Amino acid sequence: MATVTAPAPGRRRRTPLARREARWAYLFLAPWIIGFLIFYAGPMVASLWLSFTEYDVINPPEYNGLDNYRELMSDPAVARSLGNTVYYTALHVPLVMLISLGLALLLKRVGRLQGFFRTVFYLPVMTPAVAVGILFLLLLNTQDGLINRALGLVGIDGPSWTTDPHWVMPGIILMSLWSLGSTVIIYLAALQNVPRDLYEAASIDGAGPWARFRAVTLPMISGALFFTLIVNTIASLQMFTEVYTMYFGNRETQNTFNSDAASFYVIHLFQEAFQFLHMGFASAMAWLLFAIILVITLAQVKLSNRFVYYEGEDQ
Amino acid sequence: MSRILRATAFAGALSLVLSGCGGVGGGDAGGGTATKGTLSTMGFGFSDEIATTRVDAFKRDHPDVELKVTEGAFDEQQFLSAVASGNPPDLVYMDRKLIGTYAKRGSIQPLTDCVKKQDIDLEQYRSAARAQVTLDGTVYGIPEFSTVRVVYLNEGLLKKAGMTADQVNLADWAALPALNTKLATVSGGRLSRIGIDPKIPEFLPMWAKANGVDMLSADGRTARLDDPKVVEALTTGVNLIQQQGGWGKFKSFRDTFDFFGAQNPLSKNQIVAWPMEEWFLNQAAKNSPNVELVVKPFTDRQGRPLTQSAGQAWVITKGAKNPDAACAFVKQMTATDTWLAAAKARADARKAAGQPFTGLYTANAEADKKIFDELYQPTGNKRFDDAVATIRSVQDAAFALPASPAGAEFDKAYYDAVNRVLAGQEQPAQALRRAQQEATAALDKAAK
Repeated sequence: MATVTAPAPGRRRRTPLARREARWAYLFLAPWIIGFLIFYAGPMVASLWLSFTEYDVINPPEYNGLDNYRELMSDPAVARSLGNTVYYTALHVPLVMLISLGLALLLKRVGRLQGFFRTVFYLPVMTPAVAVGILFLLLLNTQDGLINRALGLVGIDGPSWTTDPHWVMPGIILMSLWSLGSTVIIYLAALQNVPRDLYEAASIDGAGPWARFRAVTLPMISGALFFTLIVNTIASLQMFTEVYTMYFGNRETQNTFNSDAASFYVIHLFQEAFQFLHMGFASAMAWLLFAIILVITLAQVKLSNRFVYYEGEDQ
Repeated sequence: MSRILRATAFAGALSLVLSGCGGVGGGDAGGGTATKGTLSTMGFGFSDEIATTRVDAFKRDHPDVELKVTEGAFDEQQFLSAVASGNPPDLVYMDRKLIGTYAKRGSIQPLTDCVKKQDIDLEQYRSAARAQVTLDGTVYGIPEFSTVRVVYLNEGLLKKAGMTADQVNLADWAALPALNTKLATVSGGRLSRIGIDPKIPEFLPMWAKANGVDMLSADGRTARLDDPKVVEALTTGVNLIQQQGGWGKFKSFRDTFDFFGAQNPLSKNQIVAWPMEEWFLNQAAKNSPNVELVVKPFTDRQGRPLTQSAGQAWVITKGAKNPDAACAFVKQMTATDTWLAAAKARADARKAAGQPFTGLYTANAEADKKIFDELYQPTGNKRFDDAVATIRSVQDAAFALPASPAGAEFDKAYYDAVNRVLAGQEQPAQALRRAQQEATAALDKAAK
C-alpha cells in the first residue's frame, strides 16, 4: 500500500500550477510595481535626500544636514500655514461627516426619488476644483455675494468673508462643504447594508429612534465612518486647489488678499518650491507633512480598534 | 494609503524630475550672426497682431530658422522643469521683475556678447526698463513693452461735486481725506462709489517714491520697507480706504468692476479718481468712447510727474541650444522698425473695426517716437487725444523696482504687510517692520 508523506509544516511545496499562476500574477502586477518604483518610491527617496540639501532647482543640490528641518521649526510662516491647515481640518472633517450622515439618513427615507437625489448630491463633486474656487469667490463677495445677500434678507449684516482674517477660514470651510457628495454616497451605501432585523429586534426590545440609531446604526456603519474620517482628514491636510485658485491663483488676487489667513501648508510648500526656489526646504516640508499624516492616521487606526465594528470579525 | 503616498511624493516627484540633470552649463549668450536651426520659446503667444506681425518679420528675415513657439503665459514650474531636465527653451518671455532671481541662480545668460555681436543699441531702451533687466551691471534681458501708470478721473462726477479735474491734486496728501469724502458715496454702510482708490498694495512703491523713498535699493539688495516715508505712504493709502467703509467693503465693491467692457466702472460712474496702468485707455476708447475721462500724471508730493514702469522681457536660457538665433530674435522683436510694423498692423486693425488707435507703449523710446510721429493720428476725441499725450509724457518720468535676487520674496513681504494693515491686524509701522525683516532675510539668503 502506498503511503503519502505530508509536507513538512511551513515548507509546503507549491504545485507547478501554483508556481505558474504566481508568475502570471507578478507579470500582471509588473506595470503597477514599475510605476510605483519610478513615480512614487523613487521620487520619495529623492525628496528625502533633497530635504537635507540646499537646492534651488537650477543648480546642483548641496548637502546642508538638518538645516532645512531646523528652519522649519523656527519659520513663523510654516507655523502659520500649519496652524491654518489644522484649524481647517478640525472643523471641516467633523462638519462633513455630520452633515453627510444627516443627508444620507434623509436620503435613505426617500423612496422612488432616491436615485434622483443621490445624483443631485453627487453632482457638485464633479465640478472642477478651480471652478469651485472662482464660484465661491463670487458667492462670498461682501457687498454683492449671494451669501451675504441671503443673510441680509434675515437682517444679518454678513461678514467680509474674503478680507477679514477672522472670516477667511470659515468662508473656506463653507466652500469645502460644496463637495461632500462622496461622503454622503458612502454613508448611504453603508446605511442600506444595515440588516432590518436588527432594527426590528431593537424595536421589540423597546428601543426608540435615538436608541436604535446609537445602538444599531452607528456601530453598523462605523467602518464607513472610520474610512471617511481617515480619507477626509488626509484630504484636508492636503488642501490646495480651491484655496490657491481663490487667494493665490493670479497676481491680482495674490496681491490683494490676506495671505496669512489663507495660507495652507501645501500652498506654502508650493510657493517655497516654485516661487522662491527653495526646493530643498519644500522637500523637508513635504516630509514633515508625511510624518504628521502618518501619526494622525496611526492614532485613528489605534482608536478604531475600540470603536469600529467590521462584520465577520469577532469583537 | 495611496493618498498619503501622493501627498509625500508631491514635492518628491517634482524634485526627482527636476533634479534629473542638476545644474546647467555656463557661458554667455552666443550672439553670433549665423542664424539657422531650431529656435524654441516659452511664455509667449500669438495673442494679437502686435505679436504675429513681429514674429512674421523674424520668420521672413530668417527663413533657415525653424521657430517653435510654446504658447501660453510664463509658468515657473514649466520653466524650472525644463531647465533642470537639461532641455530648456532657447528663449523665455517673462515678467521683468523675475529676471534678478533667475539671473542670480544662473538659469539665464548674460547678454553681453549677444548685445555686442548683434550690435544691439541698449540706449534705445528706456532707462527704467533697462534697470529691471540689469543685475550687478550685467544685462540679462531685452525689454519689450513699457506699462506705466497714470491717474484717471471721471470728470462728469467731478462736475457734479462742483469740481474740475485741475482741482484734483493727489500730491497734496493732507487734503486727500477731505477730497475723498467729497467724492465717495457711502450710505447705509454700503459703498456705491469710490472717491479715490490708492491701488495698494500694488502701487505702494509708487506712493513711497512720491514721498521720496525707494523701497528697494538700486542694486536690488537692500530693502527699505520700514522707512518712515514708506510708513507715511501706507498710512495715507490705508486711511483713504478706511474712509470708504473699510477694506472688506471697498475690495468687494471693486472686485465687481469690469475694466474690459462697455460696463466699465468709468461708464457706470462707480469710481472718480484712481491711478492705473495705461492699458485701460485702450479699453475705454474701444468700449466707452463717450465717457467724460480725463487722464493726468501721477505726481510726487512736490507735484512733479512720476510713474512706475513694468513689463515683460526676453531672456536667453543657460543651456539654450541655439543662442545665436535667440539673440537675433530678441533684437528683431524689439527693434524700432519691427515695432513700427506691428503698430501699423494694430492701427489698421483698429481702423477696420471702426475703433481709435491710441498708440503703442514699448520699452524702446526710439520706436515709440516713430510710432507717434509717423503713424499715430489724433482720434478727434480731445479727451482721448489729451490722454495719449499725457501717457507719452510720463514715460520719461518712470522708475521701476530694480532687478533683485529675491524679487518674489520682496514683493510678498510688502504685499503681506499692506494686507495685514488693511485687514486691521497691524498698524503700518509694525507691519512694515515685519516686512523689512522678512525681505532682508530673503535678500541676504539670495545674495549668498
